Amino acid sequence: MTGHSLRWAVVVAATLVAGCGDKPQQNGDKAVVSIGQASPLTGPQAHLGKDNENGARLALDEINAAGLTLGGKKVVLELKSEDDAADPKTATTVAQKLVDEGVAGVIGHLNSGATIPASKIYSDNGIPQISPSATAVAYTASGFKTAYRVMTNDAQQGSVLGNYAVNKLGAKKIAIVDDRTAYGQGLADEVEKAAKAAGGEVVAREYTSDHATDFMAILTSIKGKAPDLVFFGGMDPQAAPMIKQMKQLGMTAKFLGGDGAQTPKFIELAGADAEGALASNPGLPLDAMPGGSAFKAKFEAKYGKIQNYSPYAYDAMHVLIDAMKRADSSDPARYLAELPKTDYPGVTGRIRFDAKGDLTGGAVTLYQVKDGKWQTLETVQSGK
Amino acid sequence: MDIFLQQLINGLVLGSVYALVALGYTMVYGILELINFAHGEITMMGAMVALAVIGALALAAPGLPGVLVLGAGLAVAIPVCVALGLVIERVAYRPLRHAPRLAPLITAIGVSIILQNIAMMLWGKQYIPFPAILPQGRHDILGATLSDVQIAILVLAVLIMLMLILVVQKTRLGRAMRATAQSRQVASLMGVDVNRVIAATFAIGSALAAVAGVMVSAYYGLAHYYMGFLLGLKAFSAAVLGGIGNIGGAMLGGLLLGLIESFGAGYIGDLTGGFLGSNYQDVFAFFVLIAVLVFRPSGLLGERVVERA
Amino acid sequence: MSSVPNTARSRWLAFALFALGLALLPFLINVGLGRSWVRLLDLALLYVILALGLNIVVGYAGLLDLGYVAFYALGAYVYAWLASPHFGLHLPFWAILPLGAALAGMFGVLLGTPTLRLRGDYLAIVTLGFGEIIRIFLNNLNAPVNLTNGPQGINLIDPVRVGGVSLSQPHTFFGYTFSGVHLTYYLFLALVLAVIFISMRLENSRIGRAWVAIREDEIAAAATGINTRNLKLLAFAMGATFGGLAGGLFASFQGFISPESFNLMESIMILCMIVLGGMGHIPGVIFGALLLTLLPEALRYTGDWQRNLFGRIYVDPADLRMLLFGVALVAVMLYRPAGLIPSTRRRREFADAHG
Repeated sequence: MTGHSLRWAVVVAATLVAGCGDKPQQNGDKAVVSIGQASPLTGPQAHLGKDNENGARLALDEINAAGLTLGGKKVVLELKSEDDAADPKTATTVAQKLVDEGVAGVIGHLNSGATIPASKIYSDNGIPQISPSATAVAYTASGFKTAYRVMTNDAQQGSVLGNYAVNKLGAKKIAIVDDRTAYGQGLADEVEKAAKAAGGEVVAREYTSDHATDFMAILTSIKGKAPDLVFFGGMDPQAAPMIKQMKQLGMTAKFLGGDGAQTPKFIELAGADAEGALASNPGLPLDAMPGGSAFKAKFEAKYGKIQNYSPYAYDAMHVLIDAMKRADSSDPARYLAELPKTDYPGVTGRIRFDAKGDLTGGAVTLYQVKDGKWQTLETVQSGK
Repeated sequence: MDIFLQQLINGLVLGSVYALVALGYTMVYGILELINFAHGEITMMGAMVALAVIGALALAAPGLPGVLVLGAGLAVAIPVCVALGLVIERVAYRPLRHAPRLAPLITAIGVSIILQNIAMMLWGKQYIPFPAILPQGRHDILGATLSDVQIAILVLAVLIMLMLILVVQKTRLGRAMRATAQSRQVASLMGVDVNRVIAATFAIGSALAAVAGVMVSAYYGLAHYYMGFLLGLKAFSAAVLGGIGNIGGAMLGGLLLGLIESFGAGYIGDLTGGFLGSNYQDVFAFFVLIAVLVFRPSGLLGERVVERA
Repeated sequence: MSSVPNTARSRWLAFALFALGLALLPFLINVGLGRSWVRLLDLALLYVILALGLNIVVGYAGLLDLGYVAFYALGAYVYAWLASPHFGLHLPFWAILPLGAALAGMFGVLLGTPTLRLRGDYLAIVTLGFGEIIRIFLNNLNAPVNLTNGPQGINLIDPVRVGGVSLSQPHTFFGYTFSGVHLTYYLFLALVLAVIFISMRLENSRIGRAWVAIREDEIAAAATGINTRNLKLLAFAMGATFGGLAGGLFASFQGFISPESFNLMESIMILCMIVLGGMGHIPGVIFGALLLTLLPEALRYTGDWQRNLFGRIYVDPADLRMLLFGVALVAVMLYRPAGLIPSTRRRREFADAHG
């Protein structure tokens, strides 16, 4: 018995000692600093997750190539990429893993649903986090000092959309449909608020689900209220049959969607009925970004086609390291204080944060389907 | 009035699809007292296989008339689904015919998951578009619109149901099916090959599911590996509503459920002043199901069955 | 000491070693695999509670409940309502957990009552419907009165605090630093042991035997004077109570809940756990819960292997997991209907049925 407990005691002691090893590794006279990256690398959104990883890695490689010195010591950055499978539970496990591995900061996650629960773990451990693509308002509304994003949020996008519908598209009577997901409902609520504030009338508020394909009943009910415009907060698999069924019912109202509908898949699914549909996407179109074409050339030479958010992941990494440079330290406790003062000229635009950690004046671009393609209409700065 | 008429049309079209799928549930349940959970997934497989054929044909021979291409899709989808139904019956249900009731139910859930994942691996996770090959005509009836596809669904559904009634009432196979439904033992004593009858039931149900799957994907213009699940669940509710095991009941239940959903989603928001809205659309089917099972477990047209534990 | 018989002594020793092993497990895992695996272990314990709860309904009483996740959701939302900024309430966990469990139990009775007359497969469908209805309500009750915050979910849920010690932050006792996930492990372990104890007592009681009688032949059970109605309701209530308890723990552990965490797939997952492990057999159920929570994590490594070997992923581990579950459900029912670790009684039952 005593022999056993002695052995256990040794194991426990070893464990506890091992638990204290979360210090930057010394590599000669160079210190290695790890930066975490978390996004879905498996599952339906794996292509987007990989895109984010590549964007972050591109920035990291550039910084390493240029050489980084913090606190008088040469620093080599290392990317620790983790797969959160776009699942809230996995996201917390992965966040814990990154924290355990002693990362100095995290770029991620991709989805709001994964970002929000993970942000609590980063906050508990004081690790700064910049999401390149989470748009839900709730992410930065938690009040965590460690949570930032370089992407226009849903409130910003929704207010632009609501304003645009009333003031630019001249819609007086508006019908709003959402798919009862966190994304769709959040966006639709913001559109409703903004449209009302701009003097529009919301004549119908209907709902569907993210698995539905039959919208005949709600569209018929909407048709009876004769709106000028139908806004849908949701994704392309619902947006496409919805616009088809609108046409089938002989509805002439305009169709407006958010970034969930502004996809090539939408046009593929809706076919000829997609013509004339309007939708927005946060940020600038790639070719209008200040560093867009340069980024595209660099990225595509290394990783192939840009999927969506890699420029934002690239900027997020630069913003994080920029704060470290100003603090002259990779210690999260020290450089975290520098993040709010960020003013960085990124490839996606000028990056500054407001008190919550949201992007100041995030841009929203509106698109319309013409000749079977999404064409850029205009870019609007939010918060005006 | 035009809105009311439009909702009536919406409900009838939706209801015909539910009815076709419900027939598959009701026939299997009538004979085996088994909820074939995988039936919705067979519907999905029908849609996917047909779409694969239609997509390939639309690319290879763009000049072909749409109806012909659709027919080719059906001609492949139906045998595939029939084969699938037979294999599932043979592998997953027949060995468990004498096991506790829980067992085949759990394998049915398992088969359903397997079919979904196979479809996902074969055709991906994205929604697949239905090519625009069908006539897109619309007709105006008292302010409501009725499209060619909707007319085709209604006509086809009625024809298929009439044929099915004929088969069950007038043929040798139909008689054997009815006998097996009443008592498997007695039927087999009377010289009915029970295994063949059960296989035939699965085959017919699967063929109907294939047709329904193609209808759904043509109507909504897309197909997806997950589309069978909710459709199956609702069709099952329809079968229960009409009285499970009763073929006429499945048809009535399907149409009723389609109408309930259509009018429910269309009017409940205005009737309750926005308190309840179309966000509760999917709840209606379940409420109907629970209410029927609790207050009239035999359904609208079902006969009272003796408890067979 | 010599008066203690040798077998009793070795049994004591084994028990003590087992207890010590359980106590040290998180540390061993921490060293071997990293702290994120301790977090997974916490989650696995949560699923053990859930699976044991469903085991009472499905395994003991033989009532196939496909809407079990509804009770899990209720427990989670009760915790979130009473310990988050959503309503501005911050009650301590020892007050909320029993409350959530009790409320879930009440709902168990409420949902159980109308379904009592239904036979096995009808019951499955109706409970499935109930589960979906609850989820749809949770998803939509942000208006007219904001009860659930709708699809956005409830965030910033308080972690469990024991005597001023928050289980989401590291703490130092006796010079050792315990991380939050380690402390959570002990809390969850204690509750798991309590649930196991209750399950064992139930299994070997008059109630447990009555449940088995109902499962095997309800009419015969009623004929022997068993009050089948009350006993079936009791099974529903007990199962739901454990579900509610697990829900509260989940909410505090995760800090954020939204209706998408409580979908039908979750119910089926829990069902898979008890079917694979062995319905009605506590060690089997525990094994099933641990296996199915840790397996997906292990499967994720196949993704890395594929990437390293072929440079791309051919079979997505997430898909592989679901496909494996489906195949396992069918295979277990066909070849080992009593589960991987079956109870002797259940095995006999299935064998009888085949004979």
